[in-house]
This record gives sequence, C-alpha cells and structure tokens, in this order.
Amino acid sequence: MNNYELMVIFTPVLSDDEFKAAQKKYADLVVENGGEIVHSNPWGLKSLAYPIAKKTTGLYWVMEYKAPSSFNEKLKIQLLRDESQMRHMYTALDKYAVEYNAKKKGGGKFTNEKNEA
Amino acid sequence: MAKNEIKYLTAIKQEKRPKKYCRFKKMGIHYIDYKDAEFLKKFINEQGRLLPRRITGNSLKFQRKVGDAVKKARQMAILPYVTDLLK
Repeated sequence: MNNYELMVIFTPVLSDDEFKAAQKKYADLVVENGGEIVHSNPWGLKSLAYPIAKKTTGLYWVMEYKAPSSFNEKLKIQLLRDESQMRHMYTALDKYAVEYNAKKKGGGKFTNEKNEA
Repeated sequence: MAKNEIKYLTAIKQEKRPKKYCRFKKMGIHYIDYKDAEFLKKFINEQGRLLPRRITGNSLKFQRKVGDAVKKARQMAILPYVTDLLK
C-alpha cells in the first residue's frame, strides 16, 4: 500500500450531480481494489491557465488515497475511457507530502467542507 | 609605515551583499506542493519560466523539487507554460 494523490480536471459542462457521481465512481473504484480513501477535495470550477480542448474552465477534483501500486494502471484505463475528464494526474506521495497534506487538512479548509456535506 | 601598504585617495567601494540561503532548508520545508500556485510563482519569472538557482538561492535538492512542482502545475493548467506579465 502506497500513498497517492489523484487530480482530475473534468469538463465544465458537467452538472453538480454528474460531478458528484464521477467522484463517487472513482472513489468506489479505489475501495473495490483494496484501497482506502484518505481525503477527497472537490475544488469546483476554476479557470485554466491555458485552454484545454477549447475550454477555459474546468472542474478540479483532488483525492488522496492509499492503494497497492498495481491499482494505478487500472485507474488510468478507467480515466482514459471517461469522456467527461479532460486531464488527470496521479502523484506518489512521500512521507513529507503525507504530513503536509494532513497538516493542511487540520486547518479551516477541512471543517468548511464537512459543513457543506 | 610598512612597505607593502597601498593607500588609495578614495576608499574602495565594497558593498556587502547579504548571503543567499535556501529558504527550504532554513524553514525546514520538506515538501513543495504543486497545487499552491501563489507559492510557486515566487520561483518563476514574468514569462512563466523557472528562475535559476543563482537568483533564488535554493539548494540543488530543493531547486529540483521546485522544478518538478512547477512542471506538474503546468500540466494541470494551474500555471501557464508561456505567458506575459504573470506578476
């Protein structure tokens, strides 16, 4: 089990429900493959630094998870087949990164999300 | 008066620059977050290019990490690849 972080940019045409459904789909995929979700953080609509697929905004979603290393290939296949995502990236986190993320979650940001959910 | 002593009419200008230091080492930062655009903007110039170590004063280890973080941020459209007047 290793720590990873996934960031996906979905197309801005998705509705709120579709956006949530897409998040749930990948979160479930992690759990099904023996992983564990540490934190999920939808940033929502954000303007892009440069246009991707002729779009100037995107729906950002960041998820931190633990999974066996073989899982990422499966995740990648699913993501590439998905028409609603424009770009994705997963990053392996070292111990300092995990610490940093845990510290950041402890701040006010996390409590806000909990209230909304 | 000693033989080797040279005297100038005006004092030689010697400005002493404060020594550059690696802010990550000094502050004890181990991880550079690619998601934090405002922080990464300290290490890129107005065209969005990485600043050299000569200017930022980063140690090699952390300059590499800054580079990696900026490149990741560019991929995810958090920072632009090329631009004008970023700051």
